[in-house]
Amino acid sequence: MAGFDYDVLIIGSGPGGYVAGIRAAQLGLKAAVIERDKVGGVCLNIGCIPSKALIHQAELYNGLPALKELGISVDTKGFDYTKVFDKSRKAADTLSKGVQFLLKKNKVETIVGDAVLSGKNEVTLKDGKKVTGKNIIIATGSRPKVIPGFEFDEDRVLSSTGALMLKKLPKKIVILGAGAIGVEFSHVMNAFGVEVHLVEMMDRILPIEDAEVTQVLARAFQKRGIQMYTGTKASSMKKTATSVSVVLEDKAGAKKTIDADQILVAIGRTCNTDGIGLEKLGIATERGFIPVGDYNETKVPGIYAIGDVIATPLLAHVAMKEGEMTVEHIAGRKVEPRLDPLSLPGGTYCEPQVASFGLTEWKAVEKKIPFAKASFPYRGAGKSVAIEQSEGFVKIIYDPKTKEILGAHVVGADATELIHEILLARTAELLPEDIATMIHAHPTLSEAVMESMRTVEGWAIHA
Amino acid sequence: MPEKVLMIALSPTMETGTLARWRKKEGDTVASGDVLCEVETDKATMDYESGVEGTLLKILLPEGGQAKVGDIIAVVGKPGEDISGLLADSAAVRPATGAAPAAAAPAPAARGPVPVSAPAPAGPRTPAPVTGRIKSSPLARRLAEEKGIDLRAVSGSGPSGRVVKRDLDAAPTAAVPSAQRAPAAPLQPGPGDTVVPVSRMRQIIARRLAESKFSAPHFYLTVAVGMDRLLESRARMNEGREKKLSVNAFLMAIAGRILARHPQVNSTWNGDTLIVHGSADVGLAVALPEGLITPLVRDCGRKGIVAIDTELADLVARARTGKLAPEEYTGATFTISSLGTAGIDEFTAIINPPGSAILAVGAVRKEPVVEAGDAIVVRQRMRVTLSCDHRVIDGAVGAAFLRELADALENPLLALA
Repeated sequence: MAGFDYDVLIIGSGPGGYVAGIRAAQLGLKAAVIERDKVGGVCLNIGCIPSKALIHQAELYNGLPALKELGISVDTKGFDYTKVFDKSRKAADTLSKGVQFLLKKNKVETIVGDAVLSGKNEVTLKDGKKVTGKNIIIATGSRPKVIPGFEFDEDRVLSSTGALMLKKLPKKIVILGAGAIGVEFSHVMNAFGVEVHLVEMMDRILPIEDAEVTQVLARAFQKRGIQMYTGTKASSMKKTATSVSVVLEDKAGAKKTIDADQILVAIGRTCNTDGIGLEKLGIATERGFIPVGDYNETKVPGIYAIGDVIATPLLAHVAMKEGEMTVEHIAGRKVEPRLDPLSLPGGTYCEPQVASFGLTEWKAVEKKIPFAKASFPYRGAGKSVAIEQSEGFVKIIYDPKTKEILGAHVVGADATELIHEILLARTAELLPEDIATMIHAHPTLSEAVMESMRTVEGWAIHA
Repeated sequence: MPEKVLMIALSPTMETGTLARWRKKEGDTVASGDVLCEVETDKATMDYESGVEGTLLKILLPEGGQAKVGDIIAVVGKPGEDISGLLADSAAVRPATGAAPAAAAPAPAARGPVPVSAPAPAGPRTPAPVTGRIKSSPLARRLAEEKGIDLRAVSGSGPSGRVVKRDLDAAPTAAVPSAQRAPAAPLQPGPGDTVVPVSRMRQIIARRLAESKFSAPHFYLTVAVGMDRLLESRARMNEGREKKLSVNAFLMAIAGRILARHPQVNSTWNGDTLIVHGSADVGLAVALPEGLITPLVRDCGRKGIVAIDTELADLVARARTGKLAPEEYTGATFTISSLGTAGIDEFTAIINPPGSAILAVGAVRKEPVVEAGDAIVVRQRMRVTLSCDHRVIDGAVGAAFLRELADALENPLLALA
């Protein structure tokens, strides 16, 4: 064969795909991304970005009562949720265009179409056109998971996509699943005055997070009037044209029916691995995921898979990093063959925010990993009191012998930003004393991070 | 003002020292240059000469105790001076874990003047047990200290070659074991086994030889050498001498001269450069009850056999009593190891850094040899094996050197050619 159309052919232009494309071009590889919908994928169009726009507006709205304390009364009669919706779409469109621009600027071709793998180095588009690549990266992402009996109609039964696309808020909603998506929508909807009923099968909300973190969040949600049902599943549902009736069942088998305008099902995501020709190449999925080895290579040499289609956390930044490392490997750069599972940060954008990486206490206990912990409350950092955000804490999980940082859990204002200093310490192999002794500007919330490290060292000043 | 007496590096490789004997006791007057105590270093027992004057107020390290370089071992001052502040200070720099900090200042090379007061380590951080800067993460430094790994022996895989945690995990065998370090797979002693503590010297031997064997790709060349003429010359030279010249002196003198003609063999691998040594400093492996040491005679290529023999006799005698100065046993550019007197016919030796070759010398035996005209005659022969570091010495280069060395041993006059 004389050659291939591209050095790297990427299926999907979500955060994994477009970053891989740009990085490939930077490294001098000829790259193209194939996209059937909008450039930017779920994250930009119907995920992280528009949801953050909604959350921002929700927080502005939520802040209005505080103005009352200053003697300001705000007339909310003119509140129009469609304006909130418009802002979120504007953010999504701006960023999607931004990605288009970046792809063009870096000379990464964008191919519009639905791609199916048709050979080791070839994909076939719906119109029959074939495109070849020396290397192929599958970055087709995921979609909201359906549970039987609760199929999405995006009218009464919403997926996260449908919830983002609402132009009018319901009065009352049932949200199934208290993971990051369910919790963030609970936060937004509650802020705009929707009666929220949040249902979680596990025994607490944000079940994969630290248990004490969850407690802080649950207390805040309770105060705000969000009704939570943990250890509870939705066993059935009836819907009419204007309402749903959801039957909840707790562990003891006690049933309870909630009538609401709509239901949001956010119990997880399904990989987009069907119908892309994997079987033709002999790649079998495992629990829906594409199995990969070092550098995210599938069992077929030259074919890689990144992002939500592989069994690493379904997070945009994980996909981006996987895109980078895969392309750098293809370009012959020396890179880590795998991501360190303890160095993957995650954030949940509610009030208070939750952010974490690495080992949780419950996992350490479960896996019998020796650990020690140290927490420092937000209220010990003066700034948090000044800005009336003193709920929360920074918790460090570390190796009792070497004090290596194994995990961190932050709940409170700006937690999703604070987490990175701790994560840098982990990845650069700094020790708690390095952060404990580094000067942190006063007054900042970051002082709580410094003090948490001093707590590890046994000498927190403001504890 | 009272002054701290710190453990100093009495040899270039010394990291900790064991206090063998205090020669002064508390209350004694100490003059500069007086021997304060004897310290067992990695290779020998050294006299510790005082660099301060006054009265020995307090001994902090008892005999038999170990201290890292930079640790305070005693206090000297005026009689009756209050030293509690000084002692509290030195306690404060010690981390709570009890691990003593290593020297903050680079250790003086040999037995130069004793520094009066080396700067105390600053801050709570325990410095890595190394001198000079090695790029490494704080966690890697802590792990290295715990496991007793010398970071200098670890190659870093982090950004810009920084040593990170996994480098210590990945290469435990390449790293340097310390007394506390158990073997990679801890071996449980069986019934009837005895666990014997390892001496400093044994540790250093283990480390240096492992380093050499792991880092220098060895190859070996063996020849049989006719020794009749050399032994005959030696016998003649020894006539009337009270103290007989040793065969080793002959070997060293001849090897020194042949090395001068093969500078490549008298070189050291230095990462991205090669150091070609200007003189042939030939070491001789000497067995001691607790290990071995290689005293060296400098510039063998330009010294006569008698001079070498005299120097060697003195060195060997002092090696056996542990009284060699570090510069007398470190830095050989070539080494000779002989097991001939132990009845060994031939063997291979591990290169003694910084040299790039070592000559393993077997026993001289009478053998039937086929000579010109297919005559079988009885000759005195000796087998020598040259171990070469292939990074420096290629096969042909090593062979040319060894051939010429063998010829010169067979016909010593050739050494003068």
